[in-house]
Amino acid sequence: MTSLEDKFEESKKLGLQIAKESEDDRLMTLSVGPQHPGSGHFRFIIKVDGDYIVYCDPDPGYVHRGEEKMCEYRNVIQNIPHLERPVIHDSNNITYSYSLAVEELVGIEVPRRAQYIRALASELNRQVYTLYWLAIYGIFLGHSTMFMWPTGDRELLIDLLEVLTGARVTHAYNIPGGVRNDMPDGFKERCLRQVRYLQKRFKEYEDIFYNMPLFRQRTEGVAVLSKEDAIKLGVTGSVVRASGIPYDIRKAEPYDIYNEIDFKVQYMKTGDCFARSYVPFLDMKESCHIIEQLLDKMPQSGEVRAKLQPNPKGPPGEAYRRVESGRGALGYYVVSDGTPKPYRVKISVGSFRNMLALPYLLVGQKMGDMPATYWSLNYWPVEADR
Amino acid sequence: MSANKDEPKKPDTSLLPTPAAKPPATATKATTGTQPAKKEQEAPPFEKGLVEEIKKKFGESIKVVFIKPLRTKIMVEPKDIVAIATFLRDNMGFDHAESVAGTDYPKDGQIEVIYHLGSYTREDLAAHVLALTTRTNRDDALLPTLINVYKSVEYHERETFEMLGVYFEGHPRNDRFLLPEDWADIPPLRKDFRIKGR
Repeated sequence: MTSLEDKFEESKKLGLQIAKESEDDRLMTLSVGPQHPGSGHFRFIIKVDGDYIVYCDPDPGYVHRGEEKMCEYRNVIQNIPHLERPVIHDSNNITYSYSLAVEELVGIEVPRRAQYIRALASELNRQVYTLYWLAIYGIFLGHSTMFMWPTGDRELLIDLLEVLTGARVTHAYNIPGGVRNDMPDGFKERCLRQVRYLQKRFKEYEDIFYNMPLFRQRTEGVAVLSKEDAIKLGVTGSVVRASGIPYDIRKAEPYDIYNEIDFKVQYMKTGDCFARSYVPFLDMKESCHIIEQLLDKMPQSGEVRAKLQPNPKGPPGEAYRRVESGRGALGYYVVSDGTPKPYRVKISVGSFRNMLALPYLLVGQKMGDMPATYWSLNYWPVEADR
Repeated sequence: MSANKDEPKKPDTSLLPTPAAKPPATATKATTGTQPAKKEQEAPPFEKGLVEEIKKKFGESIKVVFIKPLRTKIMVEPKDIVAIATFLRDNMGFDHAESVAGTDYPKDGQIEVIYHLGSYTREDLAAHVLALTTRTNRDDALLPTLINVYKSVEYHERETFEMLGVYFEGHPRNDRFLLPEDWADIPPLRKDFRIKGR
């Protein structure tokens, strides 16, 4: 009987392109996304050996818009509306750290009432984002009720933000120097009513989703990211908090008025998919308490934005400021050369940092655990691309 | 099952930042931008101590760019960067890189690469970000990679390669990441790349 090698040589002589049987022939290459219903505008190439993933290569860039380059062509205020585009569901947080960095460079003092209002808007927006993320996590695992409920409840918060900012999703509300406009009358009562309703709903979410045995089976003990590896990979936000590191920028480096707010950093120690899906939910619950305190402690009247020059500019210098967004630390590195336009803006987003954990977690897992793992990373493809 | 749910309620005191380690409230306000220029005189003591510790080991090869509250920037030579980064990781507790950015300075003919390093393990460093920078020539931009020191720089360095054309020696993949596969122009974040019509 001829060996494989001989067959291969023979086929070459005959001009037949019969591939050599090798390890590679066992593997099948799959492209998950960019048309996959759950992947978003993102693709990762995986190789499977039977049911197991043996290779994973993320391929982002489908919605790269060159935000950083665009920043260099506009002055600091004009940059706000396009900078919120990478993550429109969390648009108050992504413009928050930019505003902080510009305020540091230009030397703007933010009125106290404005600090409260923008913290409030950011907390509401964090909930909007997390509810959306949770809805997709639900449908990813085939739980259509969990898709409908958060999507419906999110509308209430969107209506609330519409009253506050004038736009449903893309608010452009945080600006260097404060917020764009003041809170309308009766907002406090309406906000409190919605928050109370949400807190009631969160109990039901827990019953139907987090305490469901099927969901537990699919997530508990799956794709464990240990504490040491989480540090090494430099992941952030709910991913690092799920691995037992209570690191939250709101606590670690309190910006604006967060050092006056009493709240706990939510974290878990198991580091599996369940922990990564449960920590954002705990964050939402804690965020409700933060909103109540913010509404309570807010000064009743006062300026909401500092007076700015038409083309605000500061001395040459650089600033690196971070906030805690729905997806973790969101940092802006802004370099100014003394002109009204920034010289360089670098956006360091949580999604881009968490993407590094994807190949690490997927390799060696079963194909069926891929959706639960991928979306548990709190990854927003558009934000990672910028 | 119930063990999981109870966990967030138990505070792990060993890792939570203690009140003493917290930065002074004034340092985090937006007013920090109002104190430029004379940094040497008003350098905060904790940050100064950090820099002294690095200087003790590496001496004159480190150039301190600025010391501000919670933010420190040091500039090093490309040949020393791996040794200094290893020291920062092993002895100082800066255990991960938050961001890697490149800035093009055509007037100097140089590109500056800046690593923002943070710490998860040392609670007194939780609010601090150390900027480790180095510069390379614009024409043959070549730097040693820090991937063997900080795994977390992998994608950031890849992005810096394609956006600024800095080749990281020793990095497994200096290739396309965010840009289109058929991109055939100079790296877009260099200053001589102009957006069409502007």
